[in-house]
Amino acid sequence: MRILGIAGSLRADSHNKRLLAAAARLLPEDVEYVEFAGLKEIPPFDEDDEQQPGKAVERWREAIAGADGLLFATPEYNASIPGQLKNAIDWASRPPDDPVIRNRNAAVIGASSSMFGAAWAQAELRKVLATAGARVLDKDLPLPYALEAFDEDGRLSDRDVEARLAEIVGELVEQARISRELALSR
Amino acid sequence: MATATGIEIAPGTYTADPVHSNVTFTVRHFGAGKFRGGFEQAEATLQVSESGELALEGKVQAASVQVKEAQLAGHLKSPDFFDVERYPEISFRAVDLQVGEDGKLEVDGDLTLKATTKRVHASGELTYLAADPYGNARVGIELSTDIDRTEYGVDFAAELPGGVPVVGKEVTLTAELELVKPNQA
Repeated sequence: MRILGIAGSLRADSHNKRLLAAAARLLPEDVEYVEFAGLKEIPPFDEDDEQQPGKAVERWREAIAGADGLLFATPEYNASIPGQLKNAIDWASRPPDDPVIRNRNAAVIGASSSMFGAAWAQAELRKVLATAGARVLDKDLPLPYALEAFDEDGRLSDRDVEARLAEIVGELVEQARISRELALSR
Repeated sequence: MATATGIEIAPGTYTADPVHSNVTFTVRHFGAGKFRGGFEQAEATLQVSESGELALEGKVQAASVQVKEAQLAGHLKSPDFFDVERYPEISFRAVDLQVGEDGKLEVDGDLTLKATTKRVHASGELTYLAADPYGNARVGIELSTDIDRTEYGVDFAAELPGGVPVVGKEVTLTAELELVKPNQA
């Protein structure tokens, strides 16, 4: 069982990368966690490039294909998700007859330095992922004031928020297990 | 099963001929036109007992959903709509079937969609040909019913500005079947 973490923010010191790291600590021991590191390299989606999308897109699709669950942590840009993240999902939604993201289990969380915790971006991301064909948990985790949200060990200082994050992560793993068992039984 | 039959049908097992059978759905789109889709893989059987009782059941493979746009077909297979990974089949089983002398058909039956089973009433027509050019008996069944898709967990709810639903809640399901009993003579 493998969970792939995807941070929608590209910068190294991203709150959402920190949130993913906090989430990864809450995964059961038998679940492998991998963070996707190639988001910035993915070129803009262009139908003319679909036959030869290039290595960055191949690596992204392989990372999704090799994961049982996807955990997205998104910031909010102008009330929505970052363009580069949307672009990557667009690539993952092609080709339409068998896109790699279809039926892939996904959960969405998000952090911002503002008081809103990227709540709108999370709603938008759930919509985009569902339309692309993913199985998206109907839950969110808006983490506001992200600058003060983590302790020295990288844990969420608010234990209630940490418990909600654990619930989301646990549900993602549970759904991934169901999908895995269904695939094995067919 | 309670059956009243106004048409005398030769007893035996009738199986849907896939070329001449269609299972489709129609739903309001943008509050304006109607959108139609169907299922490529559909099966149905009609059992006719010696005493003339009819037992009808059928199912479709949800992953065989067909519409005129590939991207949309993919979305329909996903958890937003039919969720074919978790719910591969959609099925129907008649529990009460009445055929009038004019062939008018009234059916109560159980529709199972996304693991939710509900009793529905369907109306239509039954026609019968005792022997086709190959000596096979054929029954034509046309049935349709209206359901609220959200009662079965198909609850995609995008709206246009002003609150007009992109996809209506009410869906008309239609089965147009030609069921054949091979000539065993």
